[in-house]
Amino acid sequence: MSEPRTDAKICGMGHSMKRKEDPRFIRGQGRYIDDHVLPGMLYMDIVRSPHAHAKIKKINTAKALKIPGVLAVIDGPTLAKYNLHWMPTISGDTQMVLPIDEVMYQAQEVCAVIATERYIAADGVDAVEVEYEPLPVMVDPHKSLAPGAPVLRKDKEGKKDNLAFHWQAGDKADAERALAASDVVISENVYLPRIHVASMETCGCIADFDTAQGKLTVYMTTQAPHAVRTVLALVAGHVGLSEEKIRVVSPDIGGGFGGKVPVYPGYVVAIAASVVIGKPVKWIEDRMENLQADSFARDYHMKVELGAKRDGTMTSLKIKTVADHGYSNASANPSKFPAGLFSICTGSYDLKHAFCEVDAAYTHKPPGGVAYRCSFRVTEAVHAIERATDALAQKLNMDPAELRMKNFIKPEQFPYKSVLGWEYDSGNYGAALKKAMDIIGYDALRREQAEKRKKGELMGIGISSFTEIVGAGPSRDFDILGIKMFDSAEIRVHPTGKAIARFGTKSQGQGHETTYAQIVAEELGIPAAHVQVEEGDTDTAPYGLGTYASRSTPTSGAAAALASRKIRDKARKIAAHLLEVSEQDLEWEPGKFFVKGAPQMAKTIQECAFAAYTNHPQGMEAGLEAVHYYDPPNLTFPFGSYICVVDIDRGTGDVKVRRFVAVDDCGNIINPMIVDGQIHGGLTQGIGPALYEEISYDDEGNISGGSFLDYYVPTALETPKWETDKTITPSPHHPLGAKGVGESATVGAPPAIANAVVDALRHLGVTHLDIPITPEKVWTILKNKGVAE
Amino acid sequence: MIPAAFDYHRADTLDEALKLLKKHGDDAKVLSGGMSLLPMLKLRLASFAHLVDINRVPGLDYIKEEKGTLRIGAMTRQAALERSDVIKSKYPILADAVPLIADPLVRNRGTIGGNVANGDPGNDQPAIMIALGATFIVRGAKERSVAANQFYKGLYDTALARSEILTEIRIPVPPLKSGGAYTKLKRKTGDFAVAAAAVQLTLGKYGAVERAGIALTNAGLTPIEAVDAAKYLVGKMPDEKTIAEAAKMAAAKSAPSADRRGSVEYKKEMARVLTARALHKAVQRAGGS
Repeated sequence: MSEPRTDAKICGMGHSMKRKEDPRFIRGQGRYIDDHVLPGMLYMDIVRSPHAHAKIKKINTAKALKIPGVLAVIDGPTLAKYNLHWMPTISGDTQMVLPIDEVMYQAQEVCAVIATERYIAADGVDAVEVEYEPLPVMVDPHKSLAPGAPVLRKDKEGKKDNLAFHWQAGDKADAERALAASDVVISENVYLPRIHVASMETCGCIADFDTAQGKLTVYMTTQAPHAVRTVLALVAGHVGLSEEKIRVVSPDIGGGFGGKVPVYPGYVVAIAASVVIGKPVKWIEDRMENLQADSFARDYHMKVELGAKRDGTMTSLKIKTVADHGYSNASANPSKFPAGLFSICTGSYDLKHAFCEVDAAYTHKPPGGVAYRCSFRVTEAVHAIERATDALAQKLNMDPAELRMKNFIKPEQFPYKSVLGWEYDSGNYGAALKKAMDIIGYDALRREQAEKRKKGELMGIGISSFTEIVGAGPSRDFDILGIKMFDSAEIRVHPTGKAIARFGTKSQGQGHETTYAQIVAEELGIPAAHVQVEEGDTDTAPYGLGTYASRSTPTSGAAAALASRKIRDKARKIAAHLLEVSEQDLEWEPGKFFVKGAPQMAKTIQECAFAAYTNHPQGMEAGLEAVHYYDPPNLTFPFGSYICVVDIDRGTGDVKVRRFVAVDDCGNIINPMIVDGQIHGGLTQGIGPALYEEISYDDEGNISGGSFLDYYVPTALETPKWETDKTITPSPHHPLGAKGVGESATVGAPPAIANAVVDALRHLGVTHLDIPITPEKVWTILKNKGVAE
Repeated sequence: MIPAAFDYHRADTLDEALKLLKKHGDDAKVLSGGMSLLPMLKLRLASFAHLVDINRVPGLDYIKEEKGTLRIGAMTRQAALERSDVIKSKYPILADAVPLIADPLVRNRGTIGGNVANGDPGNDQPAIMIALGATFIVRGAKERSVAANQFYKGLYDTALARSEILTEIRIPVPPLKSGGAYTKLKRKTGDFAVAAAAVQLTLGKYGAVERAGIALTNAGLTPIEAVDAAKYLVGKMPDEKTIAEAAKMAAAKSAPSADRRGSVEYKKEMARVLTARALHKAVQRAGGS
């Protein structure tokens, strides 16, 4: 579908409608957590551990409590009285809310100061004195998993090692046999470092316990408000919180990217404080707390082996991963998938043999990890296969584009059952790569590269032909803590033909207020401008699992279409009643029903809506509304091909991205401008980890990359001019033929950049570089090869 | 990111500001653009009981050439330098550097006086002032002047007394056949330099170097003046080999520490590479070959 079916007034699918939310965002009228002020509100600030592992000998609060305006200091023993000092993670592990006697990572919450003003709370934090006895620190996940390593999680009865979980997919013996029978095998150790979502807005909440009503309202930065409500009811039921007495409100959110899926200790302490004190308590993290303590992403140490025949036909893939999860497995994954959807690692290629496994280790680092703008470890999987594919091309002395073309799953193979168990819904990988190559002028670039190489200049061309797996997910496989991963839409058409539509998802900047309105417009012909979209308030919105993993359009978007169709079916009955014809005699075009062969006899959707409240047929319920809970039959598999050209400064090792062409395919497009915006943002969040971002720890567990002084988030000046284009291969099972797109670029961009840099250094014998590719990493190679300036 | 409590004083005249500094002694700090001071206060890396805001003090914001001297008022914003025709046409070393300082928002607030007076080795303009042979005018009980290369004593430690305010920067107008350049490697916009080199040259009639000023940013606890390298250049034709040797000598003076931006070895090497590049540019701009 390329041409819109509706006119610009209705603004259904395919129109680049300006975002309905932008006027308020641009004017600074967004209402984020910290914009909310409640009467009598108190403020909370958190004392954090300077040590990665230490015994807490004493917490001295006397000085803090002497500060006028400091009301209380809440510590682990305080919470233990209510049995709230531990909490479950989304992945079924456990995590301290506040420690009783031992801290397990730097920046861990130790205690919280409640005060009448934000500034006083900070002074209180400064005045709390904590005596620590430092203990040995485990930072290396490999050492942590080695036999005889000291056990970190002594809280787990009978735990004898530091393995958080083991997970695997595929037939190991079969994959190994096929590798052994391959003509060539490449093997690379690929590390995707610990990074952070670094959303513009940090996390925070206002917990407001109304003692008169016994009702708790939590305004919080969450991507999944309904799930949070249920989890709160389940874990705090014993202190009297019951689900009908809990309201979670997620207001405007300044970026989530997965980092606002978990429940952090700060939320829980603020809630406990409000329940005990009976006043609203606000907690807002600062930037360093956000970077240092909130869930990280990635941190996957992968050993990737890829085999092929001499002619380049890929034969077998094997990946062994050690995942560093910090002190608790606080991943935000579907419960049956502890390593997320990592088994998409066969990528875009028709591989008949594959095996992957993940060993997750506990270390003295903050818990995690979340899927940063990625559908549960897809970024890691795509990086592994796309890097390995380039390494294979290098070993075979084949062009990497040619190798990809040769091994792509062919269009006629869809729906395609992958060896690791997924059913790819649709794809045309060759077309996307061909288009990207044509746009960038691939052959001319290869000639330029050859010329430059003769002169000693360093230029590289990198390709990434990724396949994603998004839109979790079908209820037979996908749940979080038992709650199935459907999602919902509830649409009410008012008598004047305007509508309100509410969803179980929650936009964090993706433009849901516009996209969903356009879906309703497409299906009902009500102008998108007349569709009010609301999300995030659990008292009003239908239940859903929230927004992450590119799931909103695949789940709630589908629900919007199907709820609209239910409404249209009822409107048809009303139109038939008004026109005094049978339903079968009516035809639909966006916005109205008309009598077949007599188009002048018509009733608009607005007329039907008015009649639904003023003149509905006898025996029919009044009103015009519908709810749909959509359980997707499958995931959607967006894909794309990215090509990147880099130039390298021989003096400094600095990598400059000269051009970047992104051809994406997300099936049918609802709002092309929003899709383009998603791609632009995602590409920028791809260049970040590829060239700049990393959080690391020294042997004592001290963080590096814990502030924007040394966590390098790219700005507009670091980003090249993105050149975007598309192919359209509709999803066969989604009601609109759409696929999720929010994360494609974050997933697809890093390997394209890494492949380009390695390509620039290929003639020097370089086969792999871990991201972020810093100038020093490149310069060190140039120096060692004797070609530095 | 919440600073400890402080008293805020807004001075309307220089004398009033000086009086406040004298009164509060070590407890007071001058607030200019605030681009370095405020983050340090917010991170509680520093704390002062009194801040003396000089943003409303008149007469400290100007860029003018007078009698062979370029005079820049201490409260001149970086953005004003960025737009200045005088700077753009005659002081390429500054024109190179200013757009590389932090980001446009910071440059709208940040002042050249704050940049040079703060004593942060990551700041760009101290090295540039040393290369240009600038002098700082300082007002306390009386007015005095301090040569830029005598100003920096240690990390955040300068010749400025707590009771003094830096009011003006004086730069000798470069003679004919002069050229300068600033080369900076940074990880990203807003970051301090991995390494950076400031070079100001004047060539003689036959193209040999007559005067050279070379200094390095973020290569030690203070800006590093590469005196030996400058001396080495004087009297020589600035050819490829001479420049390479001078760059090596300059890099040898650097004493960086390892951090996220790079190892000591890398930073020292970058000091060399960037000095060589700045020298080449400066020679070219001076009309040399």
